[in-house]
Parts: sequence; structure tokens; C-alpha cells
Amino acid sequence: MSEKIKLGRPAGFFDVFERRPGAIKKNMHYCPGCGHGVLHKLIAEAIADLGITHRVVLAAPVGCAVFAYYYFKCRSIQCAHGRAPAVATGLTRSNPDDVIISYQGDGDLASIGFNHILQAANRGENMTVFFVNNAIYGMTGGQMAPTTLPGQKTQTSPLGRDVLETGYPIRVCEMISQFDAPVYVERCALTSFKNIMAARRAVRKALQNSMDKKGFSLVEFLSGCPVNLKMNAHDMSEFIETKMTKFFPLGVYLDRAAEREPIVRAEMNYDADKIKSLLYPEEIQSELGDYKCSSPVFDKECRVKISGFGGQGVLSLGYILAILGKQRNFNVSWLPSYGPEMRGGTANCSVVFSKSHIGSPEAAENCDMLVCMNQPSVEKFLPILKAGGVLVYDSSTVKLPEGAAKDHYVYGLPASDLANHLGDLRAANTVMLGAIAAVMADNFLDDADKANLDTAMIEAVREMFAKKAKAADINIEAYKTGKEKIEFKSVPKA
Amino acid sequence: METKPKKTFRCDIAFDECKGCSRCVEACPRSLLKLGDAINMMGFPAAVYAGEGCIGCGACYYSCPEPGAITIVEITED
Repeated sequence: MSEKIKLGRPAGFFDVFERRPGAIKKNMHYCPGCGHGVLHKLIAEAIADLGITHRVVLAAPVGCAVFAYYYFKCRSIQCAHGRAPAVATGLTRSNPDDVIISYQGDGDLASIGFNHILQAANRGENMTVFFVNNAIYGMTGGQMAPTTLPGQKTQTSPLGRDVLETGYPIRVCEMISQFDAPVYVERCALTSFKNIMAARRAVRKALQNSMDKKGFSLVEFLSGCPVNLKMNAHDMSEFIETKMTKFFPLGVYLDRAAEREPIVRAEMNYDADKIKSLLYPEEIQSELGDYKCSSPVFDKECRVKISGFGGQGVLSLGYILAILGKQRNFNVSWLPSYGPEMRGGTANCSVVFSKSHIGSPEAAENCDMLVCMNQPSVEKFLPILKAGGVLVYDSSTVKLPEGAAKDHYVYGLPASDLANHLGDLRAANTVMLGAIAAVMADNFLDDADKANLDTAMIEAVREMFAKKAKAADINIEAYKTGKEKIEFKSVPKA
Repeated sequence: METKPKKTFRCDIAFDECKGCSRCVEACPRSLLKLGDAINMMGFPAAVYAGEGCIGCGACYYSCPEPGAITIVEITED
């Protein structure tokens, strides 16, 4: 007589759950009768039988299955709530030969992370999603979930789910199967032996699709939460099979793996130098080297606001200033405002220079300099220019209101007209740059900083137009024009 | 004439790994399982096997949410 184990502890589990704290090392943390345990066993058995424990990466959710990484003999990562498909996307894109499992519950997948699953499915990422639907929030104690049935009583729907107030259960399989990309979608139930065997086949089929790089597979499991639903094993199965399946019919919603070619993506590049050269194109080396400005005006943070019509180049002007600051070894920030104003209204950006840390990249108040290239900008931003600050405006588009800017240094020049005269209206911003240089030289810079101002400015313009030599020449001409033609208006009436 | 060796099955239940949910009791097609009276280490009444009659179908095994609470043993007579 001989004995052998026909069915025993699946080899896809650790023999002892060392990662699980406490004295109990052989059992999982789930409540008695929990569907997670049943599914965990099917998965553990499948990854062992398919010989892929070394290829599987399991993305665990937030929910009862948060500790899935205690149990499976594979690599695991625990993801932020609902974001398992996003993490799984990164995993499969960076390691296309791995088999990625996103294990999620209904609160995680169908509520907080719903858009993540839809987008991942629509992209057809090569991953397997195991979606456990128990019609309730289990981990937090039985609140209403997106999948809670109409009329079902939970902690947060004590009179039963009211569809008028909270809508109907969300049918995930039905939605996912509408996309073109996914290859396999099935809904199973972890109830009777027959249904569990169907679930077992579905688990293996989905994993096989991932192994074959066929794309996105999702299997939904109607699963029991006997503790929160206050049912015994018999009633739990009956509830799933009679009530839940009415809203969530079992079956295969999509199966087209056979007609799909394996996903082939571009070869990944992990070469550090190559990545660096792609991310950071070659910069123009500054003649100024590690020169640091010595003028006292730079001893504290300098905040500049530049504003005008979208298309006048106010963002570029700010960017040139930022390059300038970088070349003179300041810490510098450039923050464009992308508001609805961008569409034909007022666009603006903030540039902040500092020899130490920059507090906020947004110049929202106490600005040191305001550059206005249209009338609304003056009205909008003059109030945030601090007393003693500098206003530079384009006098061809802006008429300064009577009595405005009494407490400021005010300079103007017809930048747009000058640029037009130079042959390119788009150079109005660098005309303004010239004006800014002149203002700085006249009022704020010491001799050392003044001496190399033009060098720095021209370098910054060349870097801005690094790939357009002709445009750089026009803009340098515009810079010189602006510096020459600036008109002094007034000083603060102190 | 050669006869096939006779196979029988046994359902082993790890007393301290059972949480007493009774899913296996529900699942067994021959009603060979029931919850016992003894309380285990985790505080649950573990399931007990009637002792004989198991057909090795695996219904209890796959219904059981615990990794190693149920083992189905195949016995081959010489």
C-alpha cells in the first residue's frame, strides 16, 4: 500500500508565511470562509503548475488583500489605493517577459481606481487582472461599495442601497469587454465546486495569455464576505448564486487571445549616458564659468512677473531670464501659467532668482519686477508689484492709467512697433529683454555685473534659440534695439 | 489478467489550520465532513472527516480558503 498527496498546500505559496507578523505562520489573515483564500489557492496552484513563480510579479491592492505579498512565492509590490494597474503598467513595460498580476477588490478597482483600470484595459497592457467582487467594502467593516446590490443593506446603506440616491451596481466585465484592446474577460463565482473549477480554468487561461504576451485579461470573481454580510457558508453561496448573479451574470465576455499576435514593444534602453543625453540636450557652455553676481540687489530673492497676450512670447521671455539666471549660477525657477487665459487672453509666467533656496516659484505678491505687454496685464498685476519695484511695459500696446505706478520705477518702450520695424513682430519679447537689461544696468547692477551683462544676455538668447541660428540673430538685434530705445518714465515718489 | 490497482482516498484536516467556516462541509458531495466539537489554537471548531468514503474529488480542498488545512491523500493498494 502506498500513499501520495493528491491535493495539498499549493507550491505557489511559501511553506511558512514568515512575513506575516504574530504566531500564526501557516494560515492567511483572512476571515473564515473568505473568497480571497479560495482565489489565492487557485493562483498559487496555477503559478506553480505553469512553472512561472520566477516570472510573476504581483501588484497587491489596498483592501483585504493588501498583504498578498505575505503569501505568494513570487515577487510582489503593494500599490497605492486603486493604482495597481498603473504600477502593473510600469512593471510590464519595463520587464515585458514578466507575468504581471494585478489583484484588486471592488472598492479598489471599481471605485477609487476605476479610471486606472479602464485606461490600462484600453491600452491593452500585457497583464492579468484578478478582480474580487464581494459587493461590499470588506476591510473597513462593510460599507456600501460601487458593486453593492440595489436594496442591499450595508453599514452605510442601513435601509438598503437606494438606486435613486447612489446608482446601480457597476458592471466591470461588461464595461471592459466594450474596449477593443483586451483579449479575455470572464466572470466567475467562488461558490460551488463546479463554479470554483470554472474559476480555476479562468485563472490559468488569463495567466497563459500574459505568458504569451497576448495583452489584457480580466477575470472577475463573485466572492463571499461572510463576516461582513453576516452569513454562513451556505447562505453566502446562495446569496451569490441567486442575488449577485442577477446583476453580475457569469460567463465569458470576451475571448480573442487566439486571434491576437503577441505584443512586441520597442527595446528598452537602460544606458545611463544615453538617457541623460536624451533628457538633457547639450547646453551652451557659459563664458562666465562660475561667475556669481555681486550686486546687492541679488542678496535676497528676486521675483519677476511677465505678462501679455498669448503669442507675444511672454513665456519665452521668462524662460530666457531663467536661462540667464542659471548661467549666472542662481537658483532659478520658471513657472508658466496655463489658464483658460492662454486661449487668446492674458498669459503670464513667474521667474524667481535666488542665491539660496527659492520659497515659492509663483510670484503672487511682492514682485520686484513686472513686465507688461498688454493692457489687461497692467490692471491685473500692478497691485502685486511691491513699492520701489520696477514696471517695464510695451508702450505700443499699453497706456498707463493716469496716476498709476506712483511708487515704482517705470520704464516704457514701443516694443511691438520696434520689433515690427526690425521685420519680425515675434521679437517683441527680446526687445523687452533689452529694456530689462537697460533698467538693471541703470539702477541695480554694480560695475562687475554690468561689464558682462551683454555677454550673459546674448548667451541666454542663443541657448533659447539653440536650433534656430537665424532666429537667434534677429532676437539679438532686437535685444540691442530694446536696450537702446528704452524710455525712462518715472521714479517712486517717496 | 492484470487488474488495475485499487485506489482509495482520504481527507486529512490540519486541526490548527482550520477556521471552521464550513465551506468544505457544504461542498462535500458525500457529506463526509462536519464541524467538530474541539476548538483549535485559533479558537475555531475545526472540521472533521468521517473516516472513510472519500472519493478524492477535491470539492472540499478547492472550497477551503486556507492554504494547507485540507490535504487529499491518494492510497494505492498493492
